[in-house]
Amino acid sequence: MVRAEGRATPENKNGNENEYIAEFRDVTFVYNKGVTYETKAVDSVNLKIRRGLITGIIGATGSGKSTLIQMLNGLIKPDSGEVLIDSENILSKDVKLKKIRFKVGLVMQYPEYQLFDETVESDIAFGPRNMGLSEEEIKRRVESGARFAGLDFSLLKKSPFDLSGGQKRRAAIAGVMAMEPELLVLDEPAAGLDPAARREILGKIRDYRKERGTSVVMVSHSMEDMARYCDRIVVMNQGRVCMDDTPPKVFGSSEELFSAGLDVPGITKVAYELQKLGIDIGRDIYTVKYAADMLCEKYGLKASAENF
Amino acid sequence: MNFDIAFGQYCEGNSILHRLDPRAKIISALIFIVDIFIAKSVWAFLLLTVFSLMTAAASRIKARVILKGLRPIIFIMVFTGIVNIFWFKGERLLVDFWFIHIYLEGIINALLIMLRVILLLMGTSVILTYTTTPLSLTDGLEQLLSPLSKIKVPVHEFSLMMTIALRFIPTLVEETTKIMNAQKARGADFSEGSLVKRAKALVPILVPLFASAIRRADELAVAMECRCYRGGVGKTKMNVLKASLSDAACVLVFILLGVAVVLINKFASGFRIGI
Ligand SMILES: Nc1ncnc2c1ncn2[C@@H]1O[C@H](COP(=O)(O)OP(=O)(O)O)[C@@H](O)[C@H]1O
Ligand SMILES: [Mg+2]
Repeated sequence: MVRAEGRATPENKNGNENEYIAEFRDVTFVYNKGVTYETKAVDSVNLKIRRGLITGIIGATGSGKSTLIQMLNGLIKPDSGEVLIDSENILSKDVKLKKIRFKVGLVMQYPEYQLFDETVESDIAFGPRNMGLSEEEIKRRVESGARFAGLDFSLLKKSPFDLSGGQKRRAAIAGVMAMEPELLVLDEPAAGLDPAARREILGKIRDYRKERGTSVVMVSHSMEDMARYCDRIVVMNQGRVCMDDTPPKVFGSSEELFSAGLDVPGITKVAYELQKLGIDIGRDIYTVKYAADMLCEKYGLKASAENF
Repeated sequence: MNFDIAFGQYCEGNSILHRLDPRAKIISALIFIVDIFIAKSVWAFLLLTVFSLMTAAASRIKARVILKGLRPIIFIMVFTGIVNIFWFKGERLLVDFWFIHIYLEGIINALLIMLRVILLLMGTSVILTYTTTPLSLTDGLEQLLSPLSKIKVPVHEFSLMMTIALRFIPTLVEETTKIMNAQKARGADFSEGSLVKRAKALVPILVPLFASAIRRADELAVAMECRCYRGGVGKTKMNVLKASLSDAACVLVFILLGVAVVLINKFASGFRIGI
């Protein structure tokens, strides 16, 4: 795709400022400040989001993931600290938040409850229309959004209220993808879906990233999903970032994950047990495919685990 | 948008007022409203003010919370106050300019009217809403009105409706914030443009909001049926309300307050409120 040209890709890591699309600098946020039920949802977070990668944010329920990502487009304003998009403080007076919101596309948790328009098509067009694009461009974007989100074109003329749960979710994601943001942020995009729909939606997000070179931030508490789809993983625990590393490193440090109220992927546990039994394929196993490859390698087998 | 719903919100606590029977508090609040409206003399107002402040202190609710609850009515208060200043005709003329005549009595009268509104809101919210959970409030109301069910007034159904409505207000507020944020993330703008444009901007909020309210109602109905809800007939209560001596004492205090107000009105000299 033409638009992806000139964007930094994962291969093109040139240690300059351009390497990061977003940055949190010592960000703190407290809900209900000054009232009895004060909650420190985000606590002095320093974090850099790499351009062109899929960054996963994991953490137990209530660890502040949703709060953190809503700061990326200024929906929540930090009590202290700075949020930078493309090295630009989004809260400074001369930055228009609306522009930031087109640059940072946010899909909130359970987005299917935000559909409102008469047809799926016009609902997807809501974002692009707010951007003030031409009708042709809007049409192009609705179609590309629907295609990227895996939404069948025959559904575009239907009412969003007539779709199934999974289709609604896709329509909502398409609505944000159609804005063609530089940074796509998704809050638990696969929560509450069946495994097939889960895999498909997450696969679509990965394809979208591959084709458009968009940077992606994705929240989930499914270790398996994160292991499979993310290039970087950020672990949150009680409002703080306690790890920010590659999947093997993160899933290799099980003690820290456990203390953050999390778990390791099922296959990692299998690797631990194998290790106990004397079959050592390392502890940084986090996908079934990798585990199978390592086992094959260990026993000199050729069969590759293409099916995983 | 800022959803300030401090007025009508319960504040956790364990003061005397928190522990009173909701029925006693409802009756007391009603008597207090009557007390305020029969007050005429400045001295009666002074008494009511002192009494309200003492009640507020007894509730142990932070002054800041109470003041915050008064914020929504500031505009109305100032407006009625100013209108009153211009309309009131008294004896001591302070300003006499073209068609504007302001009398000292007008100013005092306006202040008293504002005071009355403040006392009304502060008194009822301290006696009732700040110190009584919505649930026990509706419970008390249901019990007080239960004699009406003899003449076929669906008291139980009304109280159930009120309980449910109260239960869902915070949920709906939260939901509205969420939906607004989601549409803002797609570039929606609720604060710019003409009136028509702004009204149109509400559609993306209202449609999902209604859809979810209906969905919730549906789910609630199913959940209630699953638990064999069959209306109020023959229903027993988990927490049975028991009135005690202190409840009777509370009502008595408010009645005596009214008596005092009447006596002051009758015998005290000084300024009297005009409206
Ligand atoms: N609107 C809100 N009002 C008050 N507290 C909130 C609100 N949203 C979240 N919180 C609190 O902030 C903390 C972090 O919440 P959240 O960011 O939603 O976590 P996560 O997405 O990781 O589950 C939790 O303790 C939660 O109870
Ligand atoms: Mg969340």
